[in-house]
Amino acid sequence: MHQLPQQLANGLILGALYGLIAIGYTMVYGIVQLINFAHGEIFMTGGFGALTTYLVLPSGTSLWLALPLMLLGGVLVAVLIAVAAERFAYRPLRGAPKLAPLITAIGLSIALQQVVEQFYPGAKSGRSFPQLPGGPYVFGPVTLQPADFYLFIAAPLCMGALAAFVGKTRTGRGMQATAQDPDTAKLMGINTDRIIVIAFALGAAFAAVASIGWGLRYGQVAPTMGFLAGLKAFTAAVLGGIGNIYGAMLGGLVLGVAEAMATAYIQEIPGMHQLGGGSWANVWAFVLLIVVLLVRPQGLLGERVADRA
Amino acid sequence: MRKSSLLVVSIAVTGALTLSACGSRGEKKAGDDAAAGTVVTIGVDAPLTGPLSALGLGIQHSVELAAKVANDNKEVPGVTFKVKALDDKKSPQEGQQNATALVADKSVLGVVGPLNSGVAQSMQQVFEAASLAEVSPANTNPALTQGEKFDTEKKRQFKSYFRTATTDAIQGPFAAQYAYNDLSKKKAYLIDDKKTYGVGLVAAFQKEFTKLGGTVAGSDHIDENNLDFSAVVTKAKAAGADIIYYGGEYPQSGPLTDQLKKAGVTVPVMGGDGMYDPEYINKANKNADGDLATSVGAPVESLDSAKKFVADYAAAKYADPYAAYGGYSYDAAWAIVQGVKAVVAANSGKVPDGARAKVVDALSKVSFDGVTGKVAFDEYGDAVNKQLTVYVVKNGAWTVAKSGTYSG
Repeated sequence: MHQLPQQLANGLILGALYGLIAIGYTMVYGIVQLINFAHGEIFMTGGFGALTTYLVLPSGTSLWLALPLMLLGGVLVAVLIAVAAERFAYRPLRGAPKLAPLITAIGLSIALQQVVEQFYPGAKSGRSFPQLPGGPYVFGPVTLQPADFYLFIAAPLCMGALAAFVGKTRTGRGMQATAQDPDTAKLMGINTDRIIVIAFALGAAFAAVASIGWGLRYGQVAPTMGFLAGLKAFTAAVLGGIGNIYGAMLGGLVLGVAEAMATAYIQEIPGMHQLGGGSWANVWAFVLLIVVLLVRPQGLLGERVADRA
Repeated sequence: MRKSSLLVVSIAVTGALTLSACGSRGEKKAGDDAAAGTVVTIGVDAPLTGPLSALGLGIQHSVELAAKVANDNKEVPGVTFKVKALDDKKSPQEGQQNATALVADKSVLGVVGPLNSGVAQSMQQVFEAASLAEVSPANTNPALTQGEKFDTEKKRQFKSYFRTATTDAIQGPFAAQYAYNDLSKKKAYLIDDKKTYGVGLVAAFQKEFTKLGGTVAGSDHIDENNLDFSAVVTKAKAAGADIIYYGGEYPQSGPLTDQLKKAGVTVPVMGGDGMYDPEYINKANKNADGDLATSVGAPVESLDSAKKFVADYAAAKYADPYAAYGGYSYDAAWAIVQGVKAVVAANSGKVPDGARAKVVDALSKVSFDGVTGKVAFDEYGDAVNKQLTVYVVKNGAWTVAKSGTYSG
């Protein structure tokens, strides 16, 4: 059992990453009931935006100096793409049946992936991402990388800021109102179009923050990185209760820990040797999702949006 | 109701996304067939996009070079060679579609490819049915030529399948002997990617390593789509092995090495020819020093026969380097050229009817000195050249550690 603390740390870090991406799914779903399947690709463009920012900086710039600028660049690119997608792909379809924007989202996801693959130099085989200096840091049984600290700090910070924004500000309350009933919210003088754009932008910004964490941790960004990450984050959002921002983060953490534990310990169960290990982590993650949805269809923290269907 | 419909929609969408990942792709046009004489096309199937494209593009360009040299030298009088390269994106389904497309093109008399053993499995039957010769420069899984029971009863699988690369049944033990005898490693941790190539390679390594007296500290598998290897890394670290053997390719093994070394693992990572690429060192973010890989054949740069290839390749100014399999791809294409030459010569200078089956027969008799040494095929379609080389990463570059032939 001596690996347990390290595996827990692995799971929490991975979970923080999933959670940050999942917030984008859950916010957009909470407000417009759209599963934005292009969100995984928005996450990916955030990583490439940050990488581009790093590359245009004079070479030799310390990464500690460059990191805030990379954050800015990554967030900017992701937010611009998300807002453009909302304006030109989703808004015209707002009144259409639910499947139309969903298929649009899938199309957009493939288009974004292909555009980056074709036009970003060297993107085909993945670009290496700058690495934070220092580390590894050893704390008893747990070894952590500088990139892990980035995620440990970024995730709670983003989460806290979002909670404060949604709960305390006028726009945040406008978001809650729009989520509950867009028509009434509109009648009460809330500019729902603006609220929806803000939801897309916030989700994209969080995805970009996660994307930089991904690059720092795994050392590379690739056009295909959004596919599985997006799918997992979506799973996390559903697991936590889609529409609920706290649920998204909790779902991410649960999913991350479940994956780490499945990799480490399923093999140890007698008779389960064939079903454990790294290649089965995804299977166990989805088994967990199915079990949770069977027992608690609304997800771990329930769904806060009013049921309108 | 709505919640359950959400679940249904999400499952449907997940399925749709998975399917969309294997959409078809436009073929390259064969170009203007204005040249004199009969046009014979050499097909190429390899991953030309995606993470393995460095290897795939090297294969494509090396075949193009072989066709160019054959045309310039008028190697087969009255025949002009063309190359038709299709992208399989390392996917067996794409590979099979490409195989069907190549079979449908009547001018194709031989195919070089694929890169991945798993892709080859899905293509062999298609080519066999059409008696179209397939020569792989890179497949190393022994079952492709000798059947699943290759260590007890060898049986030729497909008459039309040949390869210029050596098999894992030789590569795995060669690596095990080097690790045990030359490096004095006694305790290995085994990781594979669950694909045909990786699993076969690790099994061959494990068999020889334990036979020599080494022990296996543990084993695990990774999912090739998932870049987070932290859980596997923690297990490998806890196992306390003195070498980590990986069966798979560099797009995964590079980041895996990076994560292993960052987590404080100091033992070397060793792999097969799928890992022997400069991209491995790039993806490992300078953490690869001391790591090892075996690759088929002698180092291309060291052979006299290869110097002309290297010079010609540089002169042709292709956009991508010839990579790990360039020499083998050139030899594979040249073997097809020689096969066509024999068939045309036997038919008084014309390409005969039913030329495909005749090319297959001619290939089994081909013998010449190629880029990688002597090129000929044994009774299973395997290369007779059993040369292997161990490479080690020194100061961020692959350098030769030991080259030799494996004998039992």
